[in-house]
Amino acid sequence: MAPALHPLDQRLFYPLVAAGGLVALAGLGGAYLMEEHGHVITGMDNQVVWGLPHVFAIFMIVAASGVLNVASIGSVFGHAVYKRRAPLSGLLCLALLAGGLMVLMLDLGRPERVIVAATHYNLSSVFAWNVFLYSGMFAIVAVYLWTMFERRFNHHAKAVGLAALIWRFMLTTGTGLIFGFLVARQAYQSAVLAPLFIVLSFGWGLAVFMIAQSALLAWNRQPLDEAVRRRMARLLGVFVAAALYLVAVYHLTNLYFARQGEFEAFILRDGGVFPLLFWFGFVGLGSLLPLGLLFHPRLSSPRGVLAAAAGVVLGAFAFLYVFIIGGQVFPLEIFPGHQVRSSFGDGAIGRYVPSWPELLLGLGGVGTAFVLTIVGVRVLDFLPRDDMPTGPAAKAG
Amino acid sequence: MLHIAALLTMLAALVAGSSALAGDGRTPRPVIEPATAGTQCVEPSDVMRRYHMRFLEHQRDDTVRGGVRGAKYSLKDCIDCHASAKNASVARAETNFCVSCHSYAAVRIDCFECHTSKSPKLAQGATK
Amino acid sequence: MSRRGFLGVAAAGLAGAVLAPGIQLIEIAQAASAGGPASAGASAKVRWGMLIDTTKCAEGCTDCVTACNTENGLAPATRSTDPQWIRKIEIKEIKTGRTASLPVMCQHCADPPCVDVCPTGASFKRADGIVLVDRHSCIGCRYCMMACPYKARSFVHEPLTEQKRDVPRGKGCVESCTLCVHRLDQGDKTTACAEACSQAGHGAIVFGDLNDPASEISLRLRAATSTQLRADLRLDPGVRYQGL
Repeated sequence: MAPALHPLDQRLFYPLVAAGGLVALAGLGGAYLMEEHGHVITGMDNQVVWGLPHVFAIFMIVAASGVLNVASIGSVFGHAVYKRRAPLSGLLCLALLAGGLMVLMLDLGRPERVIVAATHYNLSSVFAWNVFLYSGMFAIVAVYLWTMFERRFNHHAKAVGLAALIWRFMLTTGTGLIFGFLVARQAYQSAVLAPLFIVLSFGWGLAVFMIAQSALLAWNRQPLDEAVRRRMARLLGVFVAAALYLVAVYHLTNLYFARQGEFEAFILRDGGVFPLLFWFGFVGLGSLLPLGLLFHPRLSSPRGVLAAAAGVVLGAFAFLYVFIIGGQVFPLEIFPGHQVRSSFGDGAIGRYVPSWPELLLGLGGVGTAFVLTIVGVRVLDFLPRDDMPTGPAAKAG
Repeated sequence: MLHIAALLTMLAALVAGSSALAGDGRTPRPVIEPATAGTQCVEPSDVMRRYHMRFLEHQRDDTVRGGVRGAKYSLKDCIDCHASAKNASVARAETNFCVSCHSYAAVRIDCFECHTSKSPKLAQGATK
Repeated sequence: MSRRGFLGVAAAGLAGAVLAPGIQLIEIAQAASAGGPASAGASAKVRWGMLIDTTKCAEGCTDCVTACNTENGLAPATRSTDPQWIRKIEIKEIKTGRTASLPVMCQHCADPPCVDVCPTGASFKRADGIVLVDRHSCIGCRYCMMACPYKARSFVHEPLTEQKRDVPRGKGCVESCTLCVHRLDQGDKTTACAEACSQAGHGAIVFGDLNDPASEISLRLRAATSTQLRADLRLDPGVRYQGL
């Protein structure tokens, strides 16, 4: 039976928005504290300059790009199952992008100067390109959604979907190259980071989509077709495997270079919390366990698939924590072959302990994305309907 | 015809209303400490009042990027003349030169988050 | 008159009222550019640089650091969040045991990575080679701090008061060694650290114009071998070291 146009039950809608709103508000509170007192109240210092907020923000931005994959597979490659999911995919993309950018902008040393960032551009900076790419993403996805909802423009969806796909690739490449262009840091300085982030976005985006889809359909008391679930599960497995492959290539290459040996030993074995997060968090919980759950015939139940998606998300956070913070905590090598010490932490492994304002800010971004999704689903017809007959009306969209 | 007349009347009223700022006694005005006695600002008061932000914006690029110091609109020189006789500052107390007008106009400035608002020239005779 | 016609006239009138002050403003700005007794400004004919003779650098001596702090209004650093524009580094070669002591600050590269990555262009290289942060445009994103190979940049983590008149600095912006640009612009010939080092009798720091073949620094660089830190990155820093 086709659900009503306001799918989310009123009894669920208001508590959900209130809960998400509270989390978003807490995030704003954290940002206010950081603005008022300065970053001294956070765990960041002159060695670790990007902390937990960046972990959250980059996850959300990469996932935002990847979640649009579902729509791309529908519009560009014409799979009907995915085409029905394109509106929700677009909504999630906008919501995650908004949440991630909110966290990023509020973490700035001078957030009130965002207008300066929007009017002064140094075009050799990936950050400056990102201002164009992210705002362009909002515009393209908005137009894309419009072509899906406005029946007269349905035939444009394929072209706009292709534009969105290309834009998405540029955006995620830009995100990877934020780090890839840092020639001086042993953790980064690599071209493989661009394709790595693209593949990571596929997996993280699909995992977020599957979790959001399951939750929203459950709240709407709509079933999810088992065949659809199994298709997406297999696809997620492929993406997770591909990501694991690229991370392995990145580390194997680093291990081959003598000058990277100390850094790799730190990240993979000696660095305390970082190897733990990498092996148990990203490789175990984030890659191998989901692969098992997704491909094993008996384990791939609906709950197993959802657990796998959740594992991928948790593994993503673990990966980004090791990548961003582990990469900064390891000291810059200015004097190779020397023991170094100074008053500024040269030669010493940095210390980073996440603080409450940072955690609240990061979660606040997630809360914002959540509220935007819930409100969007309530107001417009975003949820996929698998039980509709595939006639000419449903085919267009 | 009637519409054009109404439009012109509106514009005339706007222009006339702006003259109220020149002081016809009914609008409260900010209490601004006068600058050092015997000095003359680099521009007339009405020009400064309207455009000082543009002069400073242009000058700051000349100074920071061009290395030009001590030019006509140097902020240091502004502070030296306008610093209060009482606390040698342009932004620390409510009646100080910059703060008084800016709080009156409710325009927040962040200049003095980085620039010191104190002038050493007046600091010798001033009480804090 | 129709509604459309009224809106058209109103829009034209409003546009005129909004634009008129702007047109007047442009005239004023042009008239005001005739400056007073201002300094000459940075010149591309000059390239400021520094030569540090580490053999004259004593372990534990921090005269240059103290002088920099005093000159620029920096509090002595105690926490990892405190800005340090210059610091003394003690190094010991692992295989041979040879030790050295040297101050490290912004290297004022000719091809600075911090300038490449700054989204607003706040991090810039001046005509005379000094790499600076324009705090009017800095949004505090710290990308330049990620990009610098020398950990030269510091972020101001808390509100500041009592800044020096010639060295404005504040919370939320990134900063680093300015080669005492405020002194150089006003005619001074050297930086605070170089001056303090020579006045104390160590003579480890020489400051001067790298483009002038007759300057002391150029003569010293031609006479004895010197190295740039992380020379493999081909950034061509303006700061060189001898005795490493």
